[in-house]
Amino acid sequence: MSRSRRIKLQVFRATIFILLGAFFLLPIGAMFEFSTRGNSVTAPRTMEAWAAIFQTADLVKAIPVSLELALITSVGMLVLLLPTMVWVRLRLPRIHRIVEFLCLLPLTIPAIALVVGVAPLYHWIEINLSDSILILSFVYLIIVLPYSYRALDAGLAAIDIKTLSEAARSLGAGWGTVMMRVIVPNMSTALLNACMLSVAVVLGEFTFAQLLYFENLQVAIAYVGLVSAGTSIAVSVASLIFAFTLLMILSFFGRPRERVAREEELLPGTESRILPLRNSFIGVPDK
Amino acid sequence: MTSAGNPAVETAARSEGGGRRLPLPWLGVMPFLLYVGLFLLLPTVIIAFGSFTTKQGDPTLNNIAGINQDFLIKAFVTSTTISVASALLGAIFGAMLAYAVATGNPRGVFRRIVTSMSGVLAQFGGVTLAFAFIATIGNVGFVTIFLQSHGIDIYANGAPLYQISGLIVVYTYFQIPLMLLVFLPAVDGIRPQWREATESLGGGTWHYWRYVAGPLLAPAFLGCTLLLFANAFSAYATVAALITQGGIVVPLQISNLFTSETGRSQPGLAKALALSMILIVTIVVVLYTLLQRRTSRWLR
Repeated sequence: MSRSRRIKLQVFRATIFILLGAFFLLPIGAMFEFSTRGNSVTAPRTMEAWAAIFQTADLVKAIPVSLELALITSVGMLVLLLPTMVWVRLRLPRIHRIVEFLCLLPLTIPAIALVVGVAPLYHWIEINLSDSILILSFVYLIIVLPYSYRALDAGLAAIDIKTLSEAARSLGAGWGTVMMRVIVPNMSTALLNACMLSVAVVLGEFTFAQLLYFENLQVAIAYVGLVSAGTSIAVSVASLIFAFTLLMILSFFGRPRERVAREEELLPGTESRILPLRNSFIGVPDK
Repeated sequence: MTSAGNPAVETAARSEGGGRRLPLPWLGVMPFLLYVGLFLLLPTVIIAFGSFTTKQGDPTLNNIAGINQDFLIKAFVTSTTISVASALLGAIFGAMLAYAVATGNPRGVFRRIVTSMSGVLAQFGGVTLAFAFIATIGNVGFVTIFLQSHGIDIYANGAPLYQISGLIVVYTYFQIPLMLLVFLPAVDGIRPQWREATESLGGGTWHYWRYVAGPLLAPAFLGCTLLLFANAFSAYATVAALITQGGIVVPLQISNLFTSETGRSQPGLAKALALSMILIVTIVVVLYTLLQRRTSRWLR
């Protein structure tokens, strides 16, 4: 590479990083600024809006509810999806494509469209089963399918489950033992990935909750924002930091396996530690 | 010794394979199929069916014909405008960012930060994003006040945040990181040797981009742009948190027609709109998948 071209390239890179860096950091900085404002522009900085988070009934109620929803959805996802995927790989490889298609299907159905079709079901569930907000988990499990599927699929591809399960079976293990003591410990990173992504999606979900008349965290933030923008913005910053921490943990745990993969050149050009996220963002219900 | 001449082995194999092979393996996937059938396929069928029936269940084309009303056509045009503009902006800046990242140290801290941040910010949609922009260019936002104190009033022509141009900027905020994530693998696939080959044949920068890198990246770029379009077109929460009245885009119209708070709910029309959104997004995603497949041919 010639010297002048290298300089040109560096100038281009610096320009892009500075411009886009400013574009991305400005709103986040503005949120911090806004949430620490006093009563007037000249008033000293306060943390009142942050303290108010814990005095706002809607938020105090919605935060644990959303965490519960995230937990139920993650557990439900693992219980439903993992055995199915293992089973398909071992015993029914010919329907692998169908399962993959079904799991990725929610990407092509916008949340705002799906909610219209799901509403009659929820009407029935509320009358006959329960009207708790936790029933939102039913549909949340569907919207986390694409992300979970990719995460688990990457994990399953990295281990030889056929050999592992045959070895375990020949030593007398039942299917339960094979799952819990052989497959699960061998793909803990993928399981963690799938769970973290599910948690991130559920905590950010707004569309279904709002249109089915449930108050989860995002609906509460929007609602509180009508009264006190400062508090809502403080919660928004907090949830952003939470999401960032979550994905940082994910990247921390995900790194060793990725390094192995890269050395084997199985995954050309995928630096992102959130590999399963690749190509799978559309339809994140909450945009 | 093989099992060929051993009757005991053959019988054992047959008894397992013959009678029980069909039901048992299928039983294992039944919970999953039932669940997906109930909460994904059935709702889709309900939407499709409801688009062509009246409230009483009689077949009708009125719901589909109902889309042809001025306010809905306008919502479709606005939705498309915002989606196309934010997809193009996101694709162009995202691609430049991807190139800037790909030309750096592949194991550098910088690259790691940019990709991790993109992972978070591409997810960063909805209510949180709406509030981020309210804090920035809302009527008492940080930038608004800063510019006002320097004699520039961005509110001179009305609130920018609640207009099409404002929404495009807001959407671009999650489009650029998404573009980086989906386009980076393609940019990484470019080998420095190709550039050297171009130079050894006497080609310059222009030739390289016009005849080598450009055509190679074009399908991926187009595909990713389509993905970004679908992403923006489906977006609901951001705009719902920003604009509580009226229906500037299709998702807001669906929400208005669907909720009965105003007493004017039209479930049939809401379903017809939902169906048309599903069709549009499906077509776009299928095109994206085809283009992506073409890209992966040389990427591997």
